[in-house]
Amino acid sequence: MAAAYTVAELEAWNERILILARQFGLDPYPQEFEICDHEQMLGYMVYSGMPSHYPHWSYGKSYEKLKTLYDYGMSGLPYEMVINSDPSIAYLMRDNTLLLQVLTIAHVYGHNDFFKNNFTFRSGRAEFTIETFKAHADRVRKYVEDPSIGREKVERLLDAAHALSLQCRRNLAVRKQTPDEQIDQRLADSRPAADPFQTIHRRPDYAPPDLNRVPLYPEADILLFIRDHNPQLSDWEKDLLTIVHEEAQYFIPQIETKIMNEGWASYWHKRIVEALKLPQGMHLEFMVRHNQVLSPAANSLNPYHLGMKVWEAIERRWDHPTPEEEKQSGPKTKSGRAKLFEAREVERDVSFLRRYLTEELVRELNLFEHQSRGGDRVVSRVADDENWQAIKETLIRNVGMGTVPTIQIDNADYNNNRALFLKHAHDGRDLQLEYADKTLQYLHQLWGREVALETEINGKKSLLCFTEDKLSIKPLHST
Amino acid sequence: METIFRSYDPSSVQRSDRSAGDRLRHRQKVHEAIRHNIADIIAEESIIGKDRNRIVKVPIRGVKEYRFVYGENSPGVGQGGENTQPGQVVGQGKGPGQGDPAGDRPGVDYYETDISLEELIDMMFEDLELPDLERKHLRETEVQQLYRRKGYRRKGVRVHLDKRRTAIARIKRKKASEKTGGAAAAQRFPFHNDDLTYRHTVTEMRRESNAVVLCVMDTSGSMDTMKKYLARSFFFLLYRFLCAKYQNVEIVFIAHHTEARQVSEEEFFHKGESGGTFISSGYRKALEIIDQRYHPTLWNVYVFHCSDGDNFDSDNPAALQAAKELTEVANLFGYGEIKPLGAGYYGSSMIQFFSQLQADNFQTVQIQRKEDIWPCFRTFLARDRAREEAA
Repeated sequence: MAAAYTVAELEAWNERILILARQFGLDPYPQEFEICDHEQMLGYMVYSGMPSHYPHWSYGKSYEKLKTLYDYGMSGLPYEMVINSDPSIAYLMRDNTLLLQVLTIAHVYGHNDFFKNNFTFRSGRAEFTIETFKAHADRVRKYVEDPSIGREKVERLLDAAHALSLQCRRNLAVRKQTPDEQIDQRLADSRPAADPFQTIHRRPDYAPPDLNRVPLYPEADILLFIRDHNPQLSDWEKDLLTIVHEEAQYFIPQIETKIMNEGWASYWHKRIVEALKLPQGMHLEFMVRHNQVLSPAANSLNPYHLGMKVWEAIERRWDHPTPEEEKQSGPKTKSGRAKLFEAREVERDVSFLRRYLTEELVRELNLFEHQSRGGDRVVSRVADDENWQAIKETLIRNVGMGTVPTIQIDNADYNNNRALFLKHAHDGRDLQLEYADKTLQYLHQLWGREVALETEINGKKSLLCFTEDKLSIKPLHST
Repeated sequence: METIFRSYDPSSVQRSDRSAGDRLRHRQKVHEAIRHNIADIIAEESIIGKDRNRIVKVPIRGVKEYRFVYGENSPGVGQGGENTQPGQVVGQGKGPGQGDPAGDRPGVDYYETDISLEELIDMMFEDLELPDLERKHLRETEVQQLYRRKGYRRKGVRVHLDKRRTAIARIKRKKASEKTGGAAAAQRFPFHNDDLTYRHTVTEMRRESNAVVLCVMDTSGSMDTMKKYLARSFFFLLYRFLCAKYQNVEIVFIAHHTEARQVSEEEFFHKGESGGTFISSGYRKALEIIDQRYHPTLWNVYVFHCSDGDNFDSDNPAALQAAKELTEVANLFGYGEIKPLGAGYYGSSMIQFFSQLQADNFQTVQIQRKEDIWPCFRTFLARDRAREEAA
């Protein structure tokens, strides 16, 4: 199929779009666009858009899955794909119409601006993204080709590391303490609180902290902890753990801001395309496409839709607050736009929804909570006076890294036996046991000794122990 | 201009299919998964006794990517319409399309692969890790002489003369002699004996391998449908296996209670009989058939006997004697005792009794449920393999 546009045309549109985006206040990285066909797009999607990525069968699996879905018309391909790097790279589908390309380019600048300015992305080094992934790929390939290592061993380690890659710190904007700082912190914590009446009070007993405990504070970065504390691992294994960890870290900000990011890009593509004053035919097509992307998905959640609704609600509340809202949050201090740019910088999905998903929005969007009952998903709560807050809480727990259980390493010398003891911060949601079993098996493989996970099953504190080749589940008596 | 557009380049698509390697590896893993589940697949009733070209759907689990994920009791949020009511069913299993950025929920990793029975059987036998050498040890019979052309010779009978090559040889000789100038003057340049080229033929022997499976089954009153089904599954596997191994496979069904006779397949599996059991009668019948129709020098004989182990005590010595004779003529003789789970230890067990029989081509297996069929089959053939390796 011959494309209905030329690259020169796209460049002309891009120039106009970029000028508008700047006028609106967007501040993107330099942008590169690559036009590709659907096969290439599938390839990029599988490898997270990276031009270079290390091989692993799981990517082959997701390719097959995407391709099957696409071939059977179960799902379309995205119009674009943007990666968070400096310069940002975006892929455009060749077979799209000119209007779709225009819409997409505008949308891409929204993402690009978000990547550059949102605080969660500050922890990464966007200018090195592509090179880092390339270096990872080269190193993994080198290990695969090394006759003393080989594909099988590399794959075995990657399988295990992938299983645990998302068990890492979530808020990367908070710097991780170095071991020395942890010791200082520990000493400071154990000191009794300053007492203004110490002359008349008995001095509290000072219990020196156990500085030999490993880790001093619960550790969230499981892969890194294993890398640093399992002396059996050889250098290449440590390197692979680092690689998998770093790649996961790269994706955490994107996972953490999915709704905001998609909403932001949708909000801006709408404003920009409208400001382009398209000829009527193109404008009609724009409205159709825009509504397709932004239509609420029945019985599930469309992050584009939800995100954009919240952004628009923020703008309205700050531009035209109702009297009650003014009473609640004080007189107007800034314009809606200014508020948008502020939120874009300092929020992530969890805080964004907590602050700005209002009761009116929950009602307007007809959000409901569903629970599993006998194999079916059944509506358990709908947005009414009593339940809207519960629905909001459930939603907040299900966005970003909220879908990944929080599991931290508590003790690396459990039972004085060098067993690894982990704690699951249970929040009402049980672990899926089959998956937990297999994942503990991987953890056991990496740690090389017994691993134990404390969690709750059906309201009872339990200990999942993986020793040698099998899992045992023991009830724990709560203390 | 800071924005760069890279236009579409079709050649780069053809050059690199970057996910090809990973896809290949994934497919290998899927096949591994099928192989792991083969015992379950074999045990599915629908497969046994089906047409060889039939396509079966095989569910595979196994290429999951495990992580810590939340289980059933984690609520989700969706967007409904005006009239969504509590209690309404909105989907199945896990949350319907929850925002799933990290692939962090157990997905439906249930593949259903279409696979032909043929392919499945191949895979099964791959699973048995049989060495490729088998054919070496087969008893082969020379059935046919074939003539095949193989090269050219200077000497031969006139009918094999290759005129074209002969003419070419003469022209070559003529050109060569023109160069040296020797025969340039000669008007005539006749054929010489050296020009004559004959086609050469060799005689080839085609070898044929024959096998016969003698399925002996106890059809006494105590063999119920379930036991028969288990026996049938086992016979089916054995037959399929031998089909893959030999060119000609015949199958003989012998049903016995107190006396034995050869029956059709239909009768064998579906006709119930009553009465007691003389195992020896089945063996005698098998020996008789082998003697009459399948002489061991020409046939690879496989005998398998399924019974529930109930035999009249008085018949035991005779059965043992007959079994011994069978081990002498058969490649492999197996005895499968079928005691479905829950049947308990009623009656006697012939397995204990047969332990007196010392022959390296005799194997007893015990089948309790359908999941045992495949492992038992493996044990049974392992015996064959051990013998072949020893040979």
